[in-house]
Amino acid sequence: MGTLHFSDMHALEIQGLAKDYAVGFWKKTSRTALKSLHLNITQGETFGFLGPNGAGKTTTLKLLMGIIFPTSGTASILGRDIGDPEVKRKVGFLPEQPYFYDYLSAPELLDYYARLSGVPADARQKRIEELLERVGLRDVGNKQLRKFSKGMLQRVGIAQAIIHDPDIVFLDEPMSGLDPVGRHDVRELIQQLKDQGKTIFFSTHILSDAEALCDRVGIIHKGELRGVGVVNDFRSSVSDKTEVIWLGAAALASVTDLVSDTHITGDTVRGTVQSANLDRLLEKLRHQSARLISVTPINRTLEDYFLAQTQDKDKEEEKEAVRS
Amino acid sequence: MTSRLSAITLNTFREAVRDRVLYNLVLFVLLLVASAPVISQISIGMEKLMLVNLGLSSISLFGVIIAIFVGIGLVSKEIEKKTLYTILSRPVRRWEFIAGKYLGLLLTLVVNAALMTVGFYVALLIFTHGLKAADGMLLVAIYFIILQFMMMVAITLLFSTFSTPIFSAIFAFSLFVIGTFGNDLRNFAAMSQGATRWLATAAAYAMPNFASLNVISQVAHEQSVGAQVVLFNTIYAALYSVAVTAAAVLVFERRNLK
Repeated sequence: MGTLHFSDMHALEIQGLAKDYAVGFWKKTSRTALKSLHLNITQGETFGFLGPNGAGKTTTLKLLMGIIFPTSGTASILGRDIGDPEVKRKVGFLPEQPYFYDYLSAPELLDYYARLSGVPADARQKRIEELLERVGLRDVGNKQLRKFSKGMLQRVGIAQAIIHDPDIVFLDEPMSGLDPVGRHDVRELIQQLKDQGKTIFFSTHILSDAEALCDRVGIIHKGELRGVGVVNDFRSSVSDKTEVIWLGAAALASVTDLVSDTHITGDTVRGTVQSANLDRLLEKLRHQSARLISVTPINRTLEDYFLAQTQDKDKEEEKEAVRS
Repeated sequence: MTSRLSAITLNTFREAVRDRVLYNLVLFVLLLVASAPVISQISIGMEKLMLVNLGLSSISLFGVIIAIFVGIGLVSKEIEKKTLYTILSRPVRRWEFIAGKYLGLLLTLVVNAALMTVGFYVALLIFTHGLKAADGMLLVAIYFIILQFMMMVAITLLFSTFSTPIFSAIFAFSLFVIGTFGNDLRNFAAMSQGATRWLATAAAYAMPNFASLNVISQVAHEQSVGAQVVLFNTIYAALYSVAVTAAAVLVFERRNLK
């Protein structure tokens, strides 16, 4: 994996953070929501926290924001323990599918949050106007939030998260439930924050968003961090598979043991071969007088990595369980 | 700290106003207007007694109803709707949130009671064609009603930190009823023996005593309320409210929010 060049100081350090919930009527059974999580995020980095629904992404964010308390482990943001309320002056947070005080207008809501975050009185009004402009809500006036669409609420959500100009922004599923235009707009806003040098930690289960925005991603599944990788490495790294296209469907019968994922269109065959078997396949195709059209190494994608860390490992665990 | 506390207080007040809680004032005025023909039928001298009883009891009852129905949702609604996520992710201490919520609802009730008091004095002026110096004592009764609100808000807020709104309403209303007969509980404790006496005394002190704060009948009969009673009631209500609000903070400080 490659290296990234950000400030040396960690914006976020998580050491063995874990959360168990007591469940059942007598609260005697324990359910693990997060298994000992170790993770460091550097300043200025955009980190994607990926995982299927229920993987433990929101639990992690709730622990970091002090909404729930860890069963064990510690975490610090910008060098200060997460239990210290003062650290939150530097932190912005957008919860998943946020709900705001719907009897307030957007400027009133932002003013409220600005006060809570300690934005000085003389700077508040200007900052609110700037942000409403930036998130495209300049013209909403005093309309109450109960009349806002989901996309508009998400924009308000982002505005409230950065009203106090935080150094690190945590976003929980910022694109979920938005239409393509809304998603594009939110992606643009995150990109702007990234360009400003903010540290961004966002959870998502939409891989294309992570691929477009993140420097690094972590895959979490069943409460466990399965892997962390640099996004650029996925783009440049080559997998152990090659796509081969040839003309001559009759030749397929003699190479079925070598190719997979075959698609036949007329006389054209497209298939995937393990790179180690490529020479044997080409040799056999030549023997069968098939006409080779292309041989293309397949790049690894974030999706491959994600699936490898979630489904493939699950299958391995199942096999292990059967064996034992 | 003051800025955060005042922001939460004012937002709680604003929520109550925008949720049309103050519309109860309309009901209060309607009640006074509707009772006018009945009061005017009563013999001279009694009409004022009737009006004072009706007016002050209404100020108390309306306030207690608001304290219960708004109070039970003060924290639980913020947890349910997850609005707390965006509060606790800021430099807001959990105790500041509880204190701000407490003061916000109390401010709502004080403003409500103040507006009702104005309406009540206007009605009094119309019926009695002038106010007497003794009518100032009515303000002491209203002050005691506000002390009662201080305690009720603390109680509903405590329930709101760990219970569902329905159970909170049942518990808070039960405590209000028990507290209304607080002196009876103390008398029972004084007459009991052995373990019952011990238990009844403990219960009498743990339960809110609203009976001591009710001087409506006394002021309606133009009897004065001693300065010592005012002082003791103030200290009692303040200590009780602080203790119960502190309990609410203790519960909330440890709570994992879903």
